[in-house]
Amino acid sequence: MQEQTTYNYKVVRQFAIMTLVWGIVGMLVGVIIAAQLLWPDLTYGVPWLSYGRLRPLHTNAVIFAFGGSALFATSYYAVQRTCHVRLFAGPLAAFTFWGWQLVILLAAVTLPLGYTSGKEYAELEWPIDILITLVWVSYAIVFFGTVATRKVKHIYVANWFFGGFILTVALLHLVNSAEIPVSMWKSYSAYAGVQDAMVQWWYGHNAVGFFLTAGFLGMMYYFVPKQAGRPVYSYRLSVVHFWALIFTYMWAGPHHLHYTALPDWAQSVGMVFSLILLAPSWGGMINGIMTLSGAWHKLRTDPILKFLITSLSFYGMSTFEGPMMSIKTVNSLSHYTDWTIGHVHSGALGWVAMISIGSLYYMIPRLFGKSEMHSIRLITLHFWVATIGVVLYIAAMWIAGVMQGLMWRAVNPDGTLTYSFVESVKATYPFYAIRLLGGTMFLGGMFIMAYNVWRTVVGAKAVDAPIMRPAAAH
Amino acid sequence: MDITMADIRSWMTVLEMALFIGIVWWAYGRRRKTDFDEAARLVLDDEDLVPAPGRRPRAGGR
Repeated sequence: MQEQTTYNYKVVRQFAIMTLVWGIVGMLVGVIIAAQLLWPDLTYGVPWLSYGRLRPLHTNAVIFAFGGSALFATSYYAVQRTCHVRLFAGPLAAFTFWGWQLVILLAAVTLPLGYTSGKEYAELEWPIDILITLVWVSYAIVFFGTVATRKVKHIYVANWFFGGFILTVALLHLVNSAEIPVSMWKSYSAYAGVQDAMVQWWYGHNAVGFFLTAGFLGMMYYFVPKQAGRPVYSYRLSVVHFWALIFTYMWAGPHHLHYTALPDWAQSVGMVFSLILLAPSWGGMINGIMTLSGAWHKLRTDPILKFLITSLSFYGMSTFEGPMMSIKTVNSLSHYTDWTIGHVHSGALGWVAMISIGSLYYMIPRLFGKSEMHSIRLITLHFWVATIGVVLYIAAMWIAGVMQGLMWRAVNPDGTLTYSFVESVKATYPFYAIRLLGGTMFLGGMFIMAYNVWRTVVGAKAVDAPIMRPAAAH
Repeated sequence: MDITMADIRSWMTVLEMALFIGIVWWAYGRRRKTDFDEAARLVLDDEDLVPAPGRRPRAGGR
């Protein structure tokens, strides 16, 4: 039967295209709220378009709609190809697509209406939380079912990272979203006080560690070797990388609660584990970048490799910056300033978005029976526009953040504050303009990509590649 | 002596540390080398229908 002999590319195609769509939507909302910080009356005081409601819409859209769709697409693609078997439970895979899109649509409606549980990166109310759980359990069944029915002995390392990401996110979501509904669209957390804060940031930091790191490292371990045409630099290092990440990430959350009601020892544990995290993070980055060793010349001509390798450079930068910011004395300067926003975007735009973009440029032609994208030059253009955009964004936020931290702590000889808060806001103003420029450039790059994908896909036939027998029998 | 939660947690920490060192020792064992080399080639031996752009012979490359 034809059905049995091809990979299930349909669900991959659906998620890949929606990654692009949600990327544009999420980043557009980001650009709008960046403009609101510059021109506060931009949306004429319409409550649904106020900063407080659009900001969670932006974070949810870029993390879960854009990043989530990218993870679904790439994990479904990589797990089939490395296991040499069609995706397990096809209808369930289709359910994960439509279910996830429904979650996103519900978020796009409820957040602007003001329905929120108030937990950062977990704002969605309880009925949506239940739908997320159903989709995620289905995702786990499809993914691990595919791994279980594989035609090769070994489980390739990318699948370990994808699998770790799926299991951990299930755990995080179930624990942090435990809540008591009081009406259809209002619930309260099952935890109270400092315990609630700790559970929230245990979730929040591990959402960074497993949703935005482990999953995308799975992408790295598949797409970097494929695009470079070379095996990963050190497979041993990748095994140690995986387990080191698993053993340490869980404990870093308290660094979000320095100098709060959280016990001091818990803050210190969070700081120490954050510093330890530098080792696995850089081990992984080196492993990815060194995969190119002996083939560096490819970087000059191949813009897809440029995206992949630059994303790893940003990963290295932000995973160095993160541990530094978790040191209590540094945190006393950086916390609550725009430095944090700069740090987040060096990870989110530089690492997460760029590795997703590179992976999409690799996958999309293959999903539509083409040998490469419509225009390689447009990929190069996208790369430079995006890179300059990120650099403008994060440089502006670093300067603004350090300046804010210094202004807030400045004290006169008589003990009074040197600056009022509004003076620091005024001083930040030009940097908000530079940030808006950088963000707009990054969004502009996404439009270039959309045009390129459109030209690649339109008129092309959707192709489901035949399942390849594992090459070397041993 | 009563065994408290703190004791259990302490032992868990020691156990996990030992487990991790064991994993490193295992991964860097000499016998793993050939298995891992083969595993690393796994993704590349899976040929696509279409040639990957990065692997085309290119004029002017080093």
